[in-house]
This record gives sequence, structure tokens and C-alpha cells, in this order.
Amino acid sequence: MRHLINITDFSTGEIESILDLADLMLSHPEKYRESQRGRILATLFFEPSTRTRLSFESAMLSMGGSVLGFATADSSSTSKGESLTDTIHTVSCYCDIIAMRHPKEGAPLAGSLISEVPVINAGDGGHNHPTQTLTDLMTIRREKGRLDRLTVGMCGDLKFGRTVHSLIGAMSRYKGVDFVLISPPELRVPDYVTSRLKAEGIPYTEAESMESVMDRLDVLYMTRVQRERFFNEADYIRLKDTYILDTDKLRFARDDLSILHPLPRVNEISVKVDADPRAAYFKQVKNGRYVRMALITKLLEQA
Amino acid sequence: MNIDSIKRGIVLDHIRAGRSMDLYRYLRLDELECSVAIIKNVKSNAMGRKDIIKVDDDISIDLDVLGYIDPGITVNIIENGAVKEKKHLSLPEKLTNIIHCKNPRCITSVEPALDHVFVLSDREKGVYRCIYCDSKH
Repeated sequence: MRHLINITDFSTGEIESILDLADLMLSHPEKYRESQRGRILATLFFEPSTRTRLSFESAMLSMGGSVLGFATADSSSTSKGESLTDTIHTVSCYCDIIAMRHPKEGAPLAGSLISEVPVINAGDGGHNHPTQTLTDLMTIRREKGRLDRLTVGMCGDLKFGRTVHSLIGAMSRYKGVDFVLISPPELRVPDYVTSRLKAEGIPYTEAESMESVMDRLDVLYMTRVQRERFFNEADYIRLKDTYILDTDKLRFARDDLSILHPLPRVNEISVKVDADPRAAYFKQVKNGRYVRMALITKLLEQA
Repeated sequence: MNIDSIKRGIVLDHIRAGRSMDLYRYLRLDELECSVAIIKNVKSNAMGRKDIIKVDDDISIDLDVLGYIDPGITVNIIENGAVKEKKHLSLPEKLTNIIHCKNPRCITSVEPALDHVFVLSDREKGVYRCIYCDSKH
């Protein structure tokens, strides 16, 4: 039985096969309409999320499967004091696969150690978000035609932005990838991420200004400064408007740049950018549904 | 200074000078009923000064704990007054419930039943990381 806790749990070959299946599902969704009939997905969201939870539910329903679960910890037995491991033990008796989001780092790993069915990490605090990464990889591959030989800019909250950590981990495994990490000093990527890059000899540069590096980028991955990750409201207010991508800054960018964002956005991408052909973030949302369909299918095949 | 040699038991040699009491506590040697000798600041050609611990019984010792605290320690197993086996330690690949994760965002901070597990991520620098949250120790 396989789980998806960290994107690096899967080899690049396994990731490519999920992306290939996701591409097929996107072009011929009707072929997969009944492919998971009789199977149940449990969505356990101990932390609220609209997009990720709905994309999982939409993915399972699009394949004829069923969905059960909860959308906040308040509506689970956690509010009565039940431990995470007991909740997972119980729920894994009622379903065929679990997608789980939790505010604490490592919670999905803890769940997978006792679960009787595959567990998918749908986000654990500021740590990892591997299904967003699959979505990002699918989008980059569809937009750029490859996953190697790319200069990838990451901008905004690189400290608590779990999608950034997962994407760096995944893209690090492709040849010729160069990272440009754009953030204020307070929101730099954690040292465990940069120490891995250093150990593996993967080039990266850290920058504080978006304009100074824009013309180098093949991909620009924007992130939101997340209020819920700060213990201190004053720090959030000071940093929330640090980087805003607008049409003026895009003057420095290449014509073939792809702009991604895991969404939701607040104000870090001006709505005027939505009409720019380089904006790929709404395609990314659509891809998220198909890549989750492919992931659920692959994990259930091996369960 | 003379300490009687032991017939059957364990001698922990090449302990960094000053660390023997830490080992005494980590290995809970105070709970043993047999004789335990702690010899501090012994002259050593290789180390300058070292500590030695002699345990006058064949007890089981967690080599992972020992290797984590001081991978330079030599464990001598004594039988019939002679060294039967000499074990050289190294940093263990995995530590379970020996060190604890201090990251307040880690799942181990709210799930008391979970084992605290760390894996060795950099042998040269002796860096361990929590398997749940990747925090460094």
C-alpha cells in the first residue's frame, strides 16, 4: 500500500505516470466517469480549505466514487478530545482512501503509520502540500512542455508556504533546474530546504527584489502571505503587501514566462494580470482536479 | 588510584572527559543493584583525558543512545575477566524516543502517544531531523 505524504515519496517516473494519466483524463473525462464506482474517499479537513477539499471531492465524484468526511476539526471527534491516530484508525474502516489536511506538521505521516487505507497529505501546516505540487508540475509541464532546464522563481512567503517547499523538493530532481527565491529576509525558505539544495549541488539564488530577477525566469510561482501561519498579527501586517505582481512589473518579464499561484490570492497578483496570456493560475485550478483523479486512481490500484 | 578489574560485565571506555555522569543518567545506571565505577579524568594518549565506566554485571545497553551521546565510546564486553568483545560505535541512523521534537507546530506536540523519531540527515555534522516536521536537532 502506498501513501502520498511528501512529493519525494514518489520517483520522478511515478510522477510522470500520474501526470500522463491526468493529461488523458483531462482530454477524455468521459472514459473515467465510472472508474471508481463503489469506492469511498474520506476528506478529513482538520483545518478549513475550500479549494483543496472541493478538488478532491470533485475528482472522486467525477470517477463515479463517493465522498464522506468533515470540513473543520470542530465537526469531528477531535473537538471531543479524540487523538488523531484514533480518528484515522476509525475512519480507515469506513473508506478506501483518505485525503487529510491538518494544521500540525507531520500529521498525515502520523496518520499513515496506522491507517489501513492509503493516506494523501492534503496539506500539513506550513510543511508540505504534495497534491498542490502535482498540480503545479502538471501545469508547468503543460505550459513549458518539460520539467527540466527551467529557471523557477518563487516569490512571497517562502517560509510558511508549504507549496513552495514541496515544489522545490520535486523540481530539484530534474536536471538543469535553477531556483530564484524572492522574499523578505523574515520569510526566507527554511534551512532544511536550502541545506538539501546545497548538499545536492542544485543552484539557487536568494533575492529581495522581484524586478531585478524577472527577466531570468521561465516560471514565476507567486504565493500569498498567510495570516494563519503567524503567531504575531503585527508581523503579518508588516509583511503582507511585500510583493505584488502587476502589469508594470511584468514589463521586465519574458514573453514565454508562465505565472503560477496555488490560490487563493489576496492582492499579490493584480486582477489586471489575469488577462495576460502568461497567467496560468486558473488553468492550474482545472489541472488540480484531473491530477487528483489520477493520483486517487494510482493509489487505489496499489492498495 | 586502583579500581578492581571486573570478571563479568561491561566497560565503557574512551568517554569524552566530563561526560560520564551524563551517560550514567541517560543509561539509568543508578537503577542497577550491581557495582558501578565511574572513573573521571584518566590520562589517555589519544584523548588527553577520558572517562571510563565499569559495570559489574552483564546488562543490556542501548547502543543507539550511547552512539548518539558519544560515537567515540568503545564498549568492552567482559567475560571471565577478559575482553570477550569490543564494540566501536557510530551515530545511529534512527533515534526513537531518545530526543524530543521542540517544534510547537509539529504533530508530536499535541499527540502524546506518538513516538519521537529522528533520522540522521548529516553524519558529518551529526544533524538529526524529526521524521514528522523535518526540524533539526
